[in-house]
Amino acid sequence: MAIQATATGDPVVETARRPREGGRRFPLHWLGAVPFIGYAALFLLLPTGIVVVGAFTSNDGGLTLSNFSALNRQYILNSFATSLALSALSAVVGAVLGAAFAYAVATGNPRGALRRIVSSACGVLAQFGGVTLAFAFIATIGGAGFITLWLRSHGIDPYAKGLWIYELPGLVLVYTYFQIPLMVLVFLPALDGVKPQWREATESLGGTTWHYWRYVAGPLLLPAFLGATLLLFANSFSAYATAAALVSQGDIIVPIAIANLLNSETGLANPGLAKALAFGMIVIVAVVMFLYAVLQRRTARWLG
Amino acid sequence: MNRSRRLKLQVFRVVVLVVMATFFLVPIGAMFEFSTRSTTFDAPRTLESWTTIVTYPALVAAIVASLELAAITSVGMLLLLLPTMIWVRLRLPRLNRIIEFLCLLPLTIPAIVLVVGLFPVYLWMANNISDSILTLSFAYVILVLPYAYRALDAGLSAINVKTLSEAARSLGAGWPTVIWRVIAPNMSGALLNASLLSVALVLGEFTFANLLGYVNIQVQINQLGQANAGVSIAVSVASLMFAFVLLMVLSFVGAARQALRSKPRATDPRLEAVWGQKA
Repeated sequence: MAIQATATGDPVVETARRPREGGRRFPLHWLGAVPFIGYAALFLLLPTGIVVVGAFTSNDGGLTLSNFSALNRQYILNSFATSLALSALSAVVGAVLGAAFAYAVATGNPRGALRRIVSSACGVLAQFGGVTLAFAFIATIGGAGFITLWLRSHGIDPYAKGLWIYELPGLVLVYTYFQIPLMVLVFLPALDGVKPQWREATESLGGTTWHYWRYVAGPLLLPAFLGATLLLFANSFSAYATAAALVSQGDIIVPIAIANLLNSETGLANPGLAKALAFGMIVIVAVVMFLYAVLQRRTARWLG
Repeated sequence: MNRSRRLKLQVFRVVVLVVMATFFLVPIGAMFEFSTRSTTFDAPRTLESWTTIVTYPALVAAIVASLELAAITSVGMLLLLLPTMIWVRLRLPRLNRIIEFLCLLPLTIPAIVLVVGLFPVYLWMANNISDSILTLSFAYVILVLPYAYRALDAGLSAINVKTLSEAARSLGAGWPTVIWRVIAPNMSGALLNASLLSVALVLGEFTFANLLGYVNIQVQINQLGQANAGVSIAVSVASLMFAFVLLMVLSFVGAARQALRSKPRATDPRLEAVWGQKA
């Protein structure tokens, strides 16, 4: 081993280089990064570490898996099921409608006003969520909302079968409001990568519109579409504020279940279980974002 | 493209655009409508909900607290991030990837998960340092990192940091002078971007404040919503318009600037809010 180390020449170069650094043993310029890394460690890495370690720690400090065995309680399982259903539904609905919207924009003038306005508005609306969004929909289709009153005055009761706006269908509808704009932002660049020559080539070979979409544009856009859908899934899976403002009772989705486990006022506080749930969320989001990155790489290769 | 296909495409575009415009504009219009309703039926429209905003001291206090948080977070973010980014570019290029990773990490970790981890940290801070709502800005700086980082990164890429700093250093300037009096004034647009974006994010923040037990504007609006929906929706509209104006200004400024310069590297499209359009 020793002979090999000398053979590579690395240690020799190392000693020869030293004097250029002024012979300084401890490079002081590394200190410049300390405040930022220290801050990130304290307020970003430490909290994440607390969640990961805490998920495997019992409330009196021992190493345990008991937090995870509590995960099979019915209400926890229900909240995971609702969260996954909500994320999947709002991702698929948002992806399909957002893709249609993006296509309508992409087929217009690329330097036109419509495209600029839609892009800017989508940038704003994709960030729009939380209390304000929940209230906007309550004012629209809540019990005394604008559309609800209008429909009632025409003899239609949208809530004949119960107040669905405060349940899963309502959450899907409200989430679409930020999912569609996000989809437009993600999918527009992919649509821009589609070249008109591909369509002309299809036509010159006798292909129809169906052939074009089925055998050319569809397969090319599929990775981008699936990747965007995954991003939308992660986006709605992580969302808390909108649902919390809309639904005040129960543990309908995982983030709300976590919030209720943190809140000591309800007497149900269980920090260990909260961390186990949070750890579960990290795992799911990490898997989804990994798949997104893989699909994103393929998109870049095909449509870049 | 033959005529019938062009016609079909036009019909498709018009239908989609009309449906989307309706879907996105109606809820915002409905908020205006709701906030101008009078408390009794069949009475004319009134601005009562808007004028009574100031009669809720708790609401005014929450608005002030949120504005303070927005200011502190913007300043704190700039003080922390700008010198680090300049320093890393000039002297520690090996750390570039690590800094970028740390800055973009909050996009991947759900806010609710961060809150679970920050809960004991804030409990400790409340007992040992301060339990003021302004301590929330520590967490908010983390929250705005991805957006601020991308804005500042675009600004730094557009100027020649190395030449500027070497010129200033050779004239005898110390590092603080280089950062704050030479480089910062040359990227004022990026600084404005990063700050406005931080302000917009902080004013709309609910998760951290609510779960860590502080009352900012969003938490207060939510509580008020149970008692007086009209007033809370009026405040929602006001805060929404404020954020819309901020972000719209940003994305138009960003789009104009981007048309002049090379486009920044794309990562998470949620960051596109900063630039709006990819030219």
